[in-house]
Amino acid sequence: MAQADVSIKPTEVQGGHGHPDKWKWYDYFTFNVDHKVIGIQYLVTSFLFYLAGGFMAVLMRTELATPDSDFLSPDLYNAFLTNHGTIMIFLWIVPAAIGGFGNFLIPLMIGARDMAFPKLNAIAFWLNPPAGAVLAASFFLGGGAQSGWTSYPPLSEITANLPQTLWCVALVMVGTSSILGSVNFLVTIWKMRVPSMAWDQMPLFCWAMVATSILALFATPVLAAALILLTFDINFGTSFFKPDAGGNVVVYQHLFWFYSHPAVYLMILPIFGIMSEVIPVHARKPIFGYKAIAYSSLTICLVGLFVWVHHMFTSGTAPWMRIFFTISTLIVAVPTGVKIFSWVATLWGGKIRYTTAMLFAVGLLSMFVFGGLSGVTLGAAPFDIHVHDTYYVVGHFHYVLFGGSVFGIYSGIYHWFPKITGRMLNEPLGKVHFVLTFIGTILTFTPMHQLGMQGMPRRVAMYDPQFADLNQLVTVGAYILAVSVIPFYFNVIWSWRSGKEAGPNPWNALTLEWTTDSPPIIENWEVLPVLTHGPYEYGMDKVDQVGPAGEPTEATQA
Amino acid sequence: MQGAIDSTTAAANGHAVAAHEEHQDLRVLGLITFLASEFLMFAGFFAVFLVFRGSAAEWPPKETEVELLLPAVNTLILVSSSWVINLGTKAIKKNDLAGMRKWFGITAAMGAVFLAGQVYEYMNLGYGLKTNLFSNCFYLTTGFHGAHVFIGLVLILGVLWRSRRANHYTDITHTGPEMAEIYWHFVDVVWIVLFTLIYLLTLLN
Repeated sequence: MAQADVSIKPTEVQGGHGHPDKWKWYDYFTFNVDHKVIGIQYLVTSFLFYLAGGFMAVLMRTELATPDSDFLSPDLYNAFLTNHGTIMIFLWIVPAAIGGFGNFLIPLMIGARDMAFPKLNAIAFWLNPPAGAVLAASFFLGGGAQSGWTSYPPLSEITANLPQTLWCVALVMVGTSSILGSVNFLVTIWKMRVPSMAWDQMPLFCWAMVATSILALFATPVLAAALILLTFDINFGTSFFKPDAGGNVVVYQHLFWFYSHPAVYLMILPIFGIMSEVIPVHARKPIFGYKAIAYSSLTICLVGLFVWVHHMFTSGTAPWMRIFFTISTLIVAVPTGVKIFSWVATLWGGKIRYTTAMLFAVGLLSMFVFGGLSGVTLGAAPFDIHVHDTYYVVGHFHYVLFGGSVFGIYSGIYHWFPKITGRMLNEPLGKVHFVLTFIGTILTFTPMHQLGMQGMPRRVAMYDPQFADLNQLVTVGAYILAVSVIPFYFNVIWSWRSGKEAGPNPWNALTLEWTTDSPPIIENWEVLPVLTHGPYEYGMDKVDQVGPAGEPTEATQA
Repeated sequence: MQGAIDSTTAAANGHAVAAHEEHQDLRVLGLITFLASEFLMFAGFFAVFLVFRGSAAEWPPKETEVELLLPAVNTLILVSSSWVINLGTKAIKKNDLAGMRKWFGITAAMGAVFLAGQVYEYMNLGYGLKTNLFSNCFYLTTGFHGAHVFIGLVLILGVLWRSRRANHYTDITHTGPEMAEIYWHFVDVVWIVLFTLIYLLTLLN
């Protein structure tokens, strides 16, 4: 690793900025190329889509409060089921975690004035709202796509053709957005770091975004290929996935999961990055195992590209494939475990501050371990075949996506909201939000495992009366989750206007984004910062007295 | 992508000159990163083709045989155009604007001939997109490749259009031509794989 060069002179800003000193509110509704504006645009739109997807979930859970189909028509239930998954993945978690935090934080963390390609960045964002509009339109033009977020043929080719086509169009749009965003992240992190920052002095969030971007670049175009073939089958009379004409439905599944399994890591790697930032700041300890965490992100990215068939153990998969993909799937648990242990070791003996950000981070730790363990059970082909397409699977992926990704996004919001807006979120309200979310998550998603083991299939609007009790418990949990967002949205809106002033560095954190104003000025710094210490040197000399101008310590030279 | 080849945009928001220079290099890097991703979409199509080929009793089926002579000539044209466009960027690196315009013009003509040949082939094959699984694959992959050739052609014409302004491209500022060249090599490489799989492999049957 390169030696840290701490003697670089600050880069002078040239005069003559071609922009106003401060953005007005309406600038946030335009094609603005400032990475901070784009980050906020991503976050706000994704939080709106979160409400839409959540609303669908509440309606579905209301339907499932009784065994009969008496609230939504089965078609509408299927449409909500499909679009709930699609929105939550492609228009909520991905844009919030990658687009929102990635765009806002990366240039600030690496000491750059903007992303490498600001215009491309704005194009990538502006593909998202139209994609949402296309999905919304699919409801009015034929009742919405109904074949689940996986859209397996032949089902997707024989139901609701026009909405299904619109669904494909929307996904290609967000996929393109994701690819363009990843190009930007990779090149920015690679080439635009402040000269004094070596690779091993980068905040771990940036490492996570490198891994995320590589995955998105390699996996997303394959999904595009699958969707293009599907669109041709539906609309132009081809027969790629039509068995009666020589096509093969399993080929679609391979293409789809080649993207969609890595998509799981797309949704969790940035969150792992957020964890690695939040935990050391609020535990006042250097991160344990910096390199282990950094490289484990890359390992997850690499191994994650070779596990996709574990979604297809019941698709007539050959025995050798079952064995290969069971093993590769279980291997992913190793780098993930490395991260979990590193965070726990960081917490160990720290001066933990129970801020809301920290509560969500610790909540994520416990939730994710549970979801990860059920993931290991599902990765083993013999068990998976037993519970395939049951509520066990639904319980598992909600534990990792809600208990993991959503908790992480919340944690990140509580942590960086002061930087983004210049104001603190209200902590007592935040704690109410956390407690409701925590209880709601456990109540909603834990009973699903038992339902699945008992054989309740997923994706059904009506079910056997023997499952009614547990389903009602799940519905109660879902309502608690629905209520839990109220204090959060209220908190955000109220604090954005009249919260306590945050100042540049309310958490006394060491990464570069805290060395500028809150909210950061346009182009981020008057004079680019110079790295004088590593990102996580908490409590190294005088405990908690290390400010942004701390003396270089041995760790920076290592 | 139109904005990305505009070498004046990076300067528009008042960055230091040094930062602007840095941006020029980064756009080439960004394009390569993007094309690596783009290649995987074609890889998806090729994988599908190979799976069908491997599981079919007869491939291509009797009524949908491919013609080899015209595509072979077309291949020759497209592959050699990659050398021609390279002469163009070499010229501009020596500040020879006229040379660049000449070679880029020839490349564009070769690209247009390729596309025309493709259309001629489509019209004379005697089967369409819907005929059978092979024709599905054939038209989809060649069609998507053709669309990319068309985009490359537009990029080259864009460079030619911009080069009418004096000093727009010089031995220092030539990111636009460079990116057009890289993109052109990309469609070339995709074609070589495509030609091997769809045309040459049929000879093995």
